[in-house]
Amino acid sequence: MQRENERQKVFSRRAAILGGGKLVLLSALVGRMYYLQVVESERYATLADENRINLRLLPPPRGHIVDRFGREMAVNQQNYRAVLISERTEDAETTLDALSNIIPVGEADRRRILKEIRRKRGFVPITIRENLRWKDVARIEVNIPDLPGVMIDEGQSRYYPYGRETAHVLGYVAAVSENETAGDPLLDLPGFRIGKAGIEKVHDLALRGASGSSQVEVNALGRVIRELNRQEGQPGSEITLTIDLELQRMASDRMGENSGAAVVVDIHTGDVLAMASTPAFDPNSFNNGMSAEEWKGLISNEKSPLTNKAVNGQYSPGSTYKMAVALAALEKGVITPETTFFCSGSVRLGNAEFHCWKKGGHGTVDLKRGIAESCDVYFYETAKRTGIDRIAEMSHKLGLGRPLGLDYPKEHSGLIPDRAWKKKTTGVAWQQGETLVAGIGQGYVLATPMQLAIMTARLANGGYAVVPHLTGAIRADVSAQDAPPGRPNSIGVPPEHLNAVLEAMSDVVNSPRGTARGSRIKEPGFEMGGKTGTVQVRRITKAEREQGVRKNEDLPWKFRDHAIFVGFAPISAPRYAVAVVVEHGGGGSKVAAPIAGDILLEAQRLNAAQPGRTRQVSDAAKGPADNG
Amino acid sequence: MMELNRFNRPELTLRQKLWQVQWMFVLLLCVTATIGFVMLYSAGNGKFDPWSSKQIIRFGVSLALMLAVALTDIRVWLRLSYGIYLLTLILLIAVEFGGTIGMGAQRWIDLGFINLQPSELMKIALVLVLARYFHGMNMEETGKARYLIPPLVMVIIPTALVLRQPDLGTALMLLIASSVVFFLAGVRMWKFGVVFLGGLISMPVAWQFLKGYQKERVLTFLNPERDSLGSGYHIIQSKIAFGSGGISGKGFMQGSQSHLNFLPEKQTDFIFTMLAEEFGMAGGMALLGLYALLLAYGYAIAMRTRSQFGRLLALGVTSTFFLYVFINMAMVMGLIPVVGVPLPLISYGGTAMVTLMLGFGFLLGVHVHRDTSISHHGADDEF
Repeated sequence: MQRENERQKVFSRRAAILGGGKLVLLSALVGRMYYLQVVESERYATLADENRINLRLLPPPRGHIVDRFGREMAVNQQNYRAVLISERTEDAETTLDALSNIIPVGEADRRRILKEIRRKRGFVPITIRENLRWKDVARIEVNIPDLPGVMIDEGQSRYYPYGRETAHVLGYVAAVSENETAGDPLLDLPGFRIGKAGIEKVHDLALRGASGSSQVEVNALGRVIRELNRQEGQPGSEITLTIDLELQRMASDRMGENSGAAVVVDIHTGDVLAMASTPAFDPNSFNNGMSAEEWKGLISNEKSPLTNKAVNGQYSPGSTYKMAVALAALEKGVITPETTFFCSGSVRLGNAEFHCWKKGGHGTVDLKRGIAESCDVYFYETAKRTGIDRIAEMSHKLGLGRPLGLDYPKEHSGLIPDRAWKKKTTGVAWQQGETLVAGIGQGYVLATPMQLAIMTARLANGGYAVVPHLTGAIRADVSAQDAPPGRPNSIGVPPEHLNAVLEAMSDVVNSPRGTARGSRIKEPGFEMGGKTGTVQVRRITKAEREQGVRKNEDLPWKFRDHAIFVGFAPISAPRYAVAVVVEHGGGGSKVAAPIAGDILLEAQRLNAAQPGRTRQVSDAAKGPADNG
Repeated sequence: MMELNRFNRPELTLRQKLWQVQWMFVLLLCVTATIGFVMLYSAGNGKFDPWSSKQIIRFGVSLALMLAVALTDIRVWLRLSYGIYLLTLILLIAVEFGGTIGMGAQRWIDLGFINLQPSELMKIALVLVLARYFHGMNMEETGKARYLIPPLVMVIIPTALVLRQPDLGTALMLLIASSVVFFLAGVRMWKFGVVFLGGLISMPVAWQFLKGYQKERVLTFLNPERDSLGSGYHIIQSKIAFGSGGISGKGFMQGSQSHLNFLPEKQTDFIFTMLAEEFGMAGGMALLGLYALLLAYGYAIAMRTRSQFGRLLALGVTSTFFLYVFINMAMVMGLIPVVGVPLPLISYGGTAMVTLMLGFGFLLGVHVHRDTSISHHGADDEF
């Protein structure tokens, strides 16, 4: 009993110690709870919110691009993709095998997919194939029970309904490359496309719109549970071009497989109605991802389909430059329209002999015949009297030698040489012979087809400095109206000089001896005026000249002459100016003039056929000469 | 004297026993378990399935089991204690080595409504057998080192087996609960000092035996940020859930951390975190208060018991219960490393539930038979 009591005493004492210890430990728990839930509560609450709220970007739909009449040239298309969600299949390989019976799944694709599966979390969709045809979508949907983990996903992708025909105007969109990702967080979205060329590039920001955002609650794996807050983005603006889609397509088709460019502008407003550069590429394939062979084919093609030759091709203008020389001479007063020179087929300057294209010569030539029959000797003489600096000055007035400010990613300036330029670039003084060569638009002189079209427009519109533009209106809200551009300034060339040149240009096409008589427009009221140009791309040796110059058809393509034609129509009240360049096409009269004639006729027909066509872009700026 | 000691007779009627059951204690148990059902309902995103419904059934069965244990004569348990210990040890060895023989990697026995882990049962069996052993010792014997060898062996064998599994949490609980019984039985303080020092010295050696993930856990505990997506992730997310709960909590089923799965194991080991997130410090304190009440009952029962066996058993069980509470809560609040101990009566899981309720059965049984005097060998007391 004594022992028992002692045992109980020890027990009680030690139980008390133990109980005390437990109390201390429980107090520690309480203290910890207080620390976490009261002292540090705010910090942890913030952390908890950061944990669960995830901000997601909503890509805005890209703005459409429409022509001057509102016809769609670039749209967004529903794009169906087959994606694989790996957590929903037990064996991705088996699923892919089953899927490959429906749509082809290449070996490279398969490797990429399996690699992505290993790298990404199980619920992240992995793209198997994009841009599925509707037929394939239907077949996959029907077989979905046998394809665990496969899903059809919809997205939007850019689509250019007229493909090659509008390629160089619109440019294309493609995936963002790494050095472009700075700035807009939208660019980091997988699959986001931005404009890489043409209008798509120039107006990329307007077309892109602003991203919306969606605050979503996510769980620990990043899976979306629900949307907490949504902020709609601003869809991309619609952009109206000055292009007349029908004319653009016609011009592009008419150029066909020729390598070259055709540009049509409204002479009063500078609206670019058509800008074709051929051969072109399919802009849709940039968006869909093109094969290595396709890409290699594009960049190795000697006809350079990726270059927009209308603004980035620089050519010697050849005889189409003669108007500029004539106007410079008239301005200086060294000739009058009645002044004549004798063309014997060549002219001597020092030891050098300068040939006319016509063996045997034109005889006595005045300004009108000089242009209509494109007499070289007449212009050697005229240029010699005028001097290169005055020619250059006039050329600049006509829009040559400098970028025109077209709303296009890159525009070449061409080249109008003068004494100062030559001294500066080569260090050698200007030679008079070079003035003669420049007088027929060869040598250093270079111009883009767009510049040639604008030059012609400025001749035909009474000497106003129109500048070309492709964009009419950019509007998020289509009902808003842009202020019309004001009338351009005069270039300060007297009307009688212009009329003398225009009459001569009419004769080029319409007089019996004109160089482009074969291409004249016969429909009354639609007649055109113009000027041919044929540009040698190689030097004709003396020996060759004596044996007789080889015909273009006998030469390799690369050594054939460039064919050029600039024109305007209708003669009675000019409205349209055109420039056509066919690289290595042969003669300007034989190759370029017929194309230009067809395009000008089409432009007038389209205008006449639909007098009430609405949503004209620059109505208010149309000149008084307009009869359309 | 005989009048007062009317319960001194071995034969208490069932009615008398039922009268003596601490019904208030049973009620507190039911309240605590109900909090568990509610939290599991929340963990199931507002559904009884898959956790809450099963837990209700388990609690019901365990409750019946507890009462059966409580109403059985305490001397029966005293006599059976060595047998129970040996049986549990055999089961532990069976599942431990069965894995290599052909039972698969199972460490449990399927009883249908629960999977019973022998290591869990051992927590009670060990307390029971130690209480039995020290009940038969007088103070002089307890003071002699050689008498401490058998109970030490009884502790070391299951602890080593459990450690081998490896289950650090359970091994720790076996060690601490046994130490408590040794301590209460009157083993000299300096002997604990020796064992403690020995343990301290052997720590670097023990470190070598720890599995890689266990080392990881300890290191992670010391610096959670060192692996914020791995093991440290659990602790950080748990602390975030705690802290963001604040004083009043985010509301029932509104715990973003728990419901968005940032919180791992929310239905088992981390259920207290979820409770604290949804009901804040108020909820956490309420639960802690309930536990404290249950612990107080354990102490009251132990103090009022006349037999050493009853006292040691009662406080041994109470201390085991305390260990569950403390280790779990301290773990989820980042006070100690994550060792995988469930929150008693709340966490989803059958084994811990059955173990605890068996323990409470013994505790209630001690109270029912508090005045039953027991001889050193299990028969009626000699006096």
